[in-house]
Amino acid sequence: MEKNRLSEFLIEKGLFITAIFSIVIILLIVSFILVEGIPAFENYGFFHFLFGMEWGPSRGQFGVLAMIIGSIYVTLLSLLMAVPLSLLCAIFMAEVAPNNIRKILKPVIETLSGIPSVVYGFFGLIVLVPLVRTYFGGTGFSLFTASLILTVMVLPTIITISQDSLRAVPQEYREASFGLGATNWQTIRHVIFPAALPGIITAIILGMGRAVGETLAVIMVAGNVVQIPGSIFDPIRPLTANIALEMGYATGLHYNALFGTAIVLFLIIGLLLLVANYIQYKYKVDIGGGYL
Amino acid sequence: MSLNLPQILSPKNSQRIMNAIFVCSGLITVLILIFIIGYILIMGLPVVNLEFIFSNPIDSGRAGGIFPMIISSIYVTLIAGIVSTPLGVGAAVYLVEYAGESKITKIIRFGAETLASIPSIVYGLFGLAFFVVSMGLGWSILSGGLVLAIMALPTIFQVSEVTISSIPSSYREGSYGLGATKWQTIYRVVLPAAIPGIVTGIILGMTRAISEAAAVMFAVGSALSVPISMFDPGRPLPLHLYVLATEGISLENAYGTAAVLVILVLAVTIIANFLIDKYQRQIMGR
Repeated sequence: MEKNRLSEFLIEKGLFITAIFSIVIILLIVSFILVEGIPAFENYGFFHFLFGMEWGPSRGQFGVLAMIIGSIYVTLLSLLMAVPLSLLCAIFMAEVAPNNIRKILKPVIETLSGIPSVVYGFFGLIVLVPLVRTYFGGTGFSLFTASLILTVMVLPTIITISQDSLRAVPQEYREASFGLGATNWQTIRHVIFPAALPGIITAIILGMGRAVGETLAVIMVAGNVVQIPGSIFDPIRPLTANIALEMGYATGLHYNALFGTAIVLFLIIGLLLLVANYIQYKYKVDIGGGYL
Repeated sequence: MSLNLPQILSPKNSQRIMNAIFVCSGLITVLILIFIIGYILIMGLPVVNLEFIFSNPIDSGRAGGIFPMIISSIYVTLIAGIVSTPLGVGAAVYLVEYAGESKITKIIRFGAETLASIPSIVYGLFGLAFFVVSMGLGWSILSGGLVLAIMALPTIFQVSEVTISSIPSSYREGSYGLGATKWQTIYRVVLPAAIPGIVTGIILGMTRAISEAAAVMFAVGSALSVPISMFDPGRPLPLHLYVLATEGISLENAYGTAAVLVILVLAVTIIANFLIDKYQRQIMGR
């Protein structure tokens, strides 16, 4: 029995170590990115770095504003296209489609989320870039092309999570609405959608996180020119692309500046996660407090 | 969120219109997938044959096959699986069986969510700074595999946690009633019952690992030869596709590589779905 108790104790402690491993890794990642990135802020000035318009590593200029704006533009434009389509699709799957159609759509969406981002990028390079060049002019490498690819890439994220939150709406809500003589669409619009809204907003924000963080698919179609785009058919370079393009040969302050770019990226993603958590928390209270 | 449309449309008609819109949105999603996968397969499959799969690339990929890349991909994915499975499953077991709903559970869950939301290129930087430089592993299969292990960890953990917590408590009570210790119960009763779900989690985590390029591009090197030891550099398939396409080396071989990748991912998705389906039926049957 004594031996048993000892081994039980050891196993529990061992499992505890595996459990805190992810926390340890996060701390490691954050500290390594900070240690390598902060020298860039110290040498170049944090605000100078954040709001500088010039990015010229060979001339010692490290301003990332154009890339922050590039990241924001490409994310917003892709959400503009992805949100309506994915919400309609999620509602279709959760509320309208019969079971057998749902069974077709579910693996389709899983497969969409499983396709490697490089394959999306390659598809964009081969199919979308020439299309955009032909119909809209320019080189075809543009903010718009990158947004198209990202639209497809964030679809599964938004569809899956909003579908889950639609399905989590209690069945009584639907029955009560039908009982009042409402049609299915009236029920969706006035009852189910508002009830599922916090989950849907979370879905959109997580999709946003995916779009901001996507790298190679975007590099392959965005053109990667450091500039604030004048039109959606101008090339752009998002933050992620900047890191991936230049890390291979960066040394010295340039190396630090790329880690600095990662810190900026980290801050944006962190902000999104924070907003997601806050909105979810707040709306949950609203619903419980008699919103319905 | 009520949309105050003027009452031009009767409820019945608006229902019909909306149904059509819903069906269209579902259809568009399916068509997007069919178009992308179909295009890649139609263009890529003619390139793929046994010789393409089992021969070395010639002239940095302009001709020849992708054998070293397939080996590299399998190698890094295996390392990722071997490292992250015990960590992810162990963490899930600890949370469900030992910690319960406590503060530490919330922190660990938050940690896994954060890990899952870190952009892959940031993992790439971390891999370079930590595994390649600080730990002195160099550009190697091992460095790449370890980065991928971290990326696969949250998936394996989250799926395992859901599965283990769905095991009915009557299983545990029965085992305790027979005089088993906590660990005996977990090892002999809970884990065997949860295996299908855990395997699904591992497969999903490995899919994430095998399709990743940005996270390994600064850790795994870019060698064109077959990696023998795990300290050799390699070049997994997605990275090879990226290099072929962006450096304009060979469009034909890029199509072939893309087709092989898509087939791999499709196969894994189908297997995972099959397992989930079987598992759910098993649970329902009881």
